[in-house]
Amino acid sequence: MQSRRQALKKTAVVAGLLATTSLFPQFAFAAFNKDAFDAKSVADALKALGAGAPTESKDVSITAPDIAENGSVVPVAVATTLTGVKSMLIMVEKNPATLTAMFHMTDSVDAAFSARVKMGQSSDVYAIAIMNDGKVLFAKKEVKVTLGGCGG
Amino acid sequence: MADPMRIRAQATGDKTTVRVLMAHEMEGGQRKDAAGKIVPAWFIQEVTATHNGKTVLTAEWGPAVSKNPFLQFVVKGAKAGDKIGVNWKDNRGDTRSDEATVS
Repeated sequence: MQSRRQALKKTAVVAGLLATTSLFPQFAFAAFNKDAFDAKSVADALKALGAGAPTESKDVSITAPDIAENGSVVPVAVATTLTGVKSMLIMVEKNPATLTAMFHMTDSVDAAFSARVKMGQSSDVYAIAIMNDGKVLFAKKEVKVTLGGCGG
Repeated sequence: MADPMRIRAQATGDKTTVRVLMAHEMEGGQRKDAAGKIVPAWFIQEVTATHNGKTVLTAEWGPAVSKNPFLQFVVKGAKAGDKIGVNWKDNRGDTRSDEATVS
């Protein structure tokens, strides 16, 4: 008969082993920021990335349709005319996970990216630029979705 | 092995617009199959682009990027004849690299 304390200890050890072994190989990449991609809001995602509070800026632009008929393919383009951009982010506020895509800049590429994203429901879509000096600038646009793209 | 990507790189002046179409399921991990079980997430996590072998862009994606993802970006200083490479890695560890010549 083992005491409750022993049982708890064992549980903890097993949990630790599970966490360290390759049971979750999809989270094994050093570069992939899982916390940020699990975040449920814009503020949480930025916090997980170690970035500060965002301020709205007209130097950041977002191009997306006003109404998306099919939420599983919504074309989004993000851009900024500013220099000294560290990364550009696309976030969909009301998706199960807010952060959708993150582009890390180098001097050899323009701060302008287009991609297609899934949207579960009508929501604000954010273009966020994290600057080298730590400033976080954003632009947002509301996209209405007639047919959701997450779930079945 | 995943299907090849379709990469198109077109130079205008000193800038090259690169358009990439990747073949990937991009399963979001929210959908349920006929038996009511959640289909596990399967998506491209990391994307790297190179210009003549030098990395110019890295990206991290979540599962909310659409199926068969499209990506467009602009490489400065790439001219006709240069090589643009794109490489992705998904959350199952699969990778795929393809290369295109700037036209």
